[in-house]
This record gives sequence, structure tokens and C-alpha cells, in this order.
Amino acid sequence: MVNSRANSSNPARIPALGIRVLLLMAMSILLMVLDHRQNHLDAVRRAIGAAVYPIQVVVDAPFRLWEWLGEGVSDRDELQLELSRLQAERLLTHARLQRLTALEAENARLRDLLEARAQVRDEIRVAEIMAVDANPYRHNIVIDIGSREGAYDGQAIVDAAGVIGQIIETGLTTSQAMLISDPSHSLPVEVNRNGLRTIASGTGEFGRLVLPFVTNNADIQPGDLLVTSGLGGAFPSGYPVAVVETVNRIPQEPFADVTAVPAAALEQVREIMLIWGSSSDVENNEEPSDE
Amino acid sequence: MSKGGGFQRLPVIVTIIFSLMLMVVPLPDWATPYRPDWVALTLIYWAMMMPRTWSVGSAWIIGMVLDVAQGTILGQHALALCFIVFVTVRFHLLMRVFPMQQLAATIFAILALYQFLLFWINGVAGVNVPAVGYWGPVLTGTLIWPFVLIVLRGVRLRVHLGQ
Repeated sequence: MVNSRANSSNPARIPALGIRVLLLMAMSILLMVLDHRQNHLDAVRRAIGAAVYPIQVVVDAPFRLWEWLGEGVSDRDELQLELSRLQAERLLTHARLQRLTALEAENARLRDLLEARAQVRDEIRVAEIMAVDANPYRHNIVIDIGSREGAYDGQAIVDAAGVIGQIIETGLTTSQAMLISDPSHSLPVEVNRNGLRTIASGTGEFGRLVLPFVTNNADIQPGDLLVTSGLGGAFPSGYPVAVVETVNRIPQEPFADVTAVPAAALEQVREIMLIWGSSSDVENNEEPSDE
Repeated sequence: MSKGGGFQRLPVIVTIIFSLMLMVVPLPDWATPYRPDWVALTLIYWAMMMPRTWSVGSAWIIGMVLDVAQGTILGQHALALCFIVFVTVRFHLLMRVFPMQQLAATIFAILALYQFLLFWINGVAGVNVPAVGYWGPVLTGTLIWPFVLIVLRGVRLRVHLGQ
């Protein structure tokens, strides 16, 4: 009775609103501190991620259907053309692969001679990028492989042409990955021609990386291929990352202004590959720096 | 008040899930910075019309889901959504009788507050983001608000949720 009278006299009053909002905000701040400083909340994230998964699948479905329909109705000539193109490509790749096998054997022999640790071949698995946008202010993608398939934080992702990025958060069935073009992403690279080691950082543009720590007198020139050096522990060594585009040496400055174009088509790929680097230490992989 | 609560909640939940889907639909690169904050707009509407059922608690939970979907720091959207829904609930009677222009101005202010909170948390956490891009959603959100209002009012009236 009292309750209903109170309601009708002052319907604007929501009981204990102020206290509730304060409590919830305090809880958010606590969560943010826990999440940002130590990664204690992976289990929470995974649980909520399971709820988000159906939403992602529903959003992704029309794009997949469209692709599937496109494959279904492409005409005979087109298919034949593609078939012959693929056959030619396969032949080429096979020829290269033959040489690779020989080289690998030779490499193993030489390593034996040097008594170096044997470099086991990396394990690779194909995944797909889901047509789902993640955080608009960062270059993140969502992929359809999660911890259930063995993906882990810091795992390297490549496509046929080169390195794409690394996983920053694993869910049960999907993962979020950061592209190498994200402004807060950096990876250790070396110049393939002479082994010069440096760091390649993202700029926020898909088609451009910068090499901020190349000295003015370093031997680097446009056209140089940059490959992963494997020094950070996260990326296995030897995968192409980018091609140097411009080298601008400024006499007063300690470092030259060097930009590079990513080898992988970061904004176009759909199929990607996850690498289980057997030679790198899985426990020791580093988080991308947020600074 | 809570008569048939389960039945009344379902349509609202559907609109919220739909708004979450709109948040993750891929857009062309040039359009991404202008994606309106669908979830914020939807929650503002329901907090304005049904502040007893849709208040800070539900906003917080949905904020957590949004955090996971967008890969932001866990609690960032939860805090921001919780706070703007609190403001909305505080002024919900006023907002219901506001004329259109005044309501649009209020929505603009609330969305700006929301973006500012997100921006500020990013700043404290040291996440590197372009500051200019943050104000796109405020503008597009205000412009799209009348349509959100019409659609959600349609949902509310169709299932006789009117108070």
C-alpha cells in the first residue's frame, strides 16, 4: 500500500540509483585495472565471448553466403581460366618446393656440423577472418579459431605473401588479432640482404610501416625485403614482413626516416595461416606493447 | 509493474541484440569512424521509457558484452554506458516531454559524454588512438536518433509496453 502510494506520488524516483551506479562504476574500474595490468580476466572474457559468438556468426553469415553464391554462379570459362592459372601456379610452387627440400636438408646438415639446435619446421593451420569489425580505433580483426583449436596469445598470423599480425586475445572459438599496421604494434625484423636488425612499427595506415630506429649510416635501401628476425620470441624467423619503400636520411637527426610497404595485403585477405612456432618458446611470447 | 515481465523483456532484448550486431557489421574503411553508437542510443531510449526495468545494471552487463565484442579493456564500455544510462534515468521524465530539438541537443550531450569517458579511459590506459575520430559517432548518433526513436517507439507500442 505504502509502496504504491510512493510510486504514484513520485514516479521519477528509482530506488538506490545513485548507490547502484557508484558500485557498478567502482566495479568497472576494478575490472579495468585487473584486465589492463595483469591479464587475470581471461576466463571472464572467454565466458562473455561465448555469448558474443552467435552475434558474430549471424553478422558474418550473409557475407559467407554471398561468397558461396558467387562461387556457385561463376561461369565455366571463368572457372577454366582460374583452373589453368592455379595449375600453372602449382607447377611453379612445386618446382620451388623441390629446391626448398634440398635446401632444408642441406641446412640441417650444416646445422649438424655447427652443432646448432635443430630448427623444427613450423606447424601451420588455415583460418578465416570473420566479416566482423572489432575496435574501430585499432587495426584488429576477428578470426574463426580459438583456444579450443590451440590458438594462444601472441601467436603469429601470416598469409601467402607475408606476416599479417598476431593474436592478442583468444576466445573459445574466435580470437582477436592485431595487424602489424596498428599504431601500437611493433615487431623485430631484419633486412634479408644483409641481416641488419631493426624494428618495424605500424602507422595506422594499411599500406605503410615505419622503421623508426635505423641509423643514418645503416646499409638499407628502397626495395630491401624485411623478414622477421625471430628475436622477440613471438614471431618465428624468416617470414617476409615488408619491402622498404623510401629511405630519407636527415643529416641532423640520429635516425633516418624509413618507410616500408607490408608484403601481405592487410585489408584484402580472407584466408590466413596461424603458425605454431616450434622453435620459439611459447611461454615466453610477449604482449604487444600498449604504450 | 513486473506483471508479465518475461514477455515484456523479450522484445527489448531483441532490439539490444540487434544494436550489438550493428556495432560489429563491417563497414568500408572511410565509414568506420562514423559508425553511430547503436547500443548507447538503444539503451538511452529504453532507460528513458522504462527506467525501472532497464537501468544501470543492464547497461553494465551489456557494456561488458560490448567490451568483449570490440576487444577493448574489460569494463571500459561498461563504465561509460552505466554512467550515461544513469544520467538518462535521472532526467527521464524531463526527456520524455522535451520537444524534438531539445531532446536532440540532450542526446548530443549524452553521446559526447559517452565518447569522452571512452576517450579518457583510453588515455589513462595508454591506448594509442586518434582523438579526432572520436567525435564522428556523436554527430552521426544525434542525426540518426530520430529514426531510432521511431523504430523503438514502434516496438514499444506494438507489444503494449507503454506505461
